[in-house]
Amino acid sequence: MTTQAIQSEPISAIADSIDAHEEHHDDGSTTTLGFWIYLMSDCILFASLFASFAVLRGQLAGGPGARELFSLPYVAVETACLLVSSFTYGMAMISMQRGRQAQVLGWLVLTMLLGLGFVGMEVHEFADLIHEGAGPDRSAFLSAFFTLVGTHGLHVTAGIVWMLVLILHILRRGLSPANQTRLMCLSLFWHFLDVVWIGVFTVVYLMGVA
Amino acid sequence: MHGANPSMPVPHGEDHAGGASHASVRSYVVGFVLSVVLTAIPFALVMSGTVSASTAVPAALGLGAVQMVVHLVYFLHMDRASSRTWNMAAFVFTVIVLVILVVGSLWVMHNLDVNMMPGMMPME
Repeated sequence: MTTQAIQSEPISAIADSIDAHEEHHDDGSTTTLGFWIYLMSDCILFASLFASFAVLRGQLAGGPGARELFSLPYVAVETACLLVSSFTYGMAMISMQRGRQAQVLGWLVLTMLLGLGFVGMEVHEFADLIHEGAGPDRSAFLSAFFTLVGTHGLHVTAGIVWMLVLILHILRRGLSPANQTRLMCLSLFWHFLDVVWIGVFTVVYLMGVA
Repeated sequence: MHGANPSMPVPHGEDHAGGASHASVRSYVVGFVLSVVLTAIPFALVMSGTVSASTAVPAALGLGAVQMVVHLVYFLHMDRASSRTWNMAAFVFTVIVLVILVVGSLWVMHNLDVNMMPGMMPME
């Protein structure tokens, strides 16, 4: 039976045995705890970047400051994208608990689109700044700004790629226990990025412009 | 197969999703509304320009901190459920490291700034 499966559909069979393996040894809680600990280490990474930014935010080297560069209405729309996407991911988790696969996929796609909107706006903002001559090489303030906000943006991008992969996983195998654990981990990741963004819009944008 | 009653979340995810599934539509809606309000207030404060920076900055920081707690409780479901003891322990430890890192950096660098006499920097 097994050999037959391997002959006809080797990748699927291997994936099956991996899934079965996970189910047998791990109910998912160890995985979620491990992922949580990764998130905590990510937290330290962001804390270092926040600390650098806080130290360097006054070092303009004669260049433009936050008040000249940032548009708060623009940042408010970015924030709205991310905040709503946190909510829609929450809805995906609720649908998962109820075993509604189509709903889960719908909410995930919506979350992904909002995430793409956020990243798109951020890339546009960065391009504008660099175009105006306020790139990361202009001053210590701008270096710290691009590093902090860019790292967050890269995390969101990684989250979007992960979401896309997970959608394919669910299309292939449904809401299996392994996929549910994956959805749970991505949920933690996505909400965590929203929490980091609260720090970013408060410390970088609002405090900069105020 | 699973109940569709919105007021009764099925404890389906709990077996595999390890202590991370006290989710209900209600908690997400409450969290979402709270965080919209907590985002709107500091943005309005700063954008209106009616309050001075010395009022707006502490207000924005305070509201930001409250909003982070709201997200942790309503979206990340940090509560005192027994299954999440280790998550909480890791989190508390991280917060301690985080505070030392950020406050320490600001403190040290501020002192350096204050004690640096003009002319001590090599000028080109």
